[in-house]
Amino acid sequence: MKATVTVMLKQGVLDPQGEAVKSALGSMGFEGVGGVRQGKLIELDLADGTTEAQVTEMCEKLLANTVIESYRVEMGA
Amino acid sequence: MKAAVLQFPGSNCDRDMVEGFRLAGFAAETVWHKETTLPDGIDVVGVPGGFSYGDYLRCGAIAAQSPIMRAVADFAAKGGHVLGVCNGFQVLCETRLLPGVLMRNAGLKFVCRAEPLTVATTDSPFTSEYGPGQSVTVPIAHHDGNYQIDDEGLAALRAEDRIAFTYQDNPNGSRANIAGVLSANRRVLGMMPHPERAVEDTQGGTDGAPLFAALAGALVAA
Repeated sequence: MKATVTVMLKQGVLDPQGEAVKSALGSMGFEGVGGVRQGKLIELDLADGTTEAQVTEMCEKLLANTVIESYRVEMGA
Repeated sequence: MKAAVLQFPGSNCDRDMVEGFRLAGFAAETVWHKETTLPDGIDVVGVPGGFSYGDYLRCGAIAAQSPIMRAVADFAAKGGHVLGVCNGFQVLCETRLLPGVLMRNAGLKFVCRAEPLTVATTDSPFTSEYGPGQSVTVPIAHHDGNYQIDDEGLAALRAEDRIAFTYQDNPNGSRANIAGVLSANRRVLGMMPHPERAVEDTQGGTDGAPLFAALAGALVAA
């Protein structure tokens, strides 16, 4: 089974990389890009029966730094 | 006095830090990250700069989970002294031995230069040899040195006089110009500037030497 974890900086935390991407898009002529936030997508290949609670623990302990990052877990088939 | 300097895959300031400790009179040795215990009789642990695990995931995040860091956390909990520099500071924040986080520099660029700092407190075993508010120049070399902490955490650092060094010309966007912070018991210091790169005249300056000397003095007195 697979799980997908999305890690993003929390709202309110300045994302200088996102700002740089936004600025680059603007300078390339793409108009109307109001904001860019950059995060991470982590795919996990897991033993059958792994629970969402176990993946959440992985997020809390390693995959995200919860001081500045939020995460979302999607359990796949 | 004995110092142990940790080595992770990707550490690159470990030997410099050993030299910093030795010049101040310590017997210093390196300890590989897979060790589960620190050598007997260690007085201080150094967590050096570098790019542990290639900065994968987040700077310091994977090193923070290594076997030796569990031993370091136990050592700190028992009142042991720990000095984390640059990547070592990132590791100490990731293990939550120090509050806050180090994010990508606000200017997005790697910054490498001799940096003027202000000694923000002399009330610590690391900074007691400096004068209050003394200006010192210590090299920085980092891409992720932008120290961030929430309002509550910053208020606590200020109330407890735990900001050790501040930047005079903020190079990375750090909140409140913070360059280094102390733990609540003042025995764990994390800082982005490299004091071990300023301990001999041949390095272009010796403003880092009093930090190691102060630590030696504090540990002899203890």
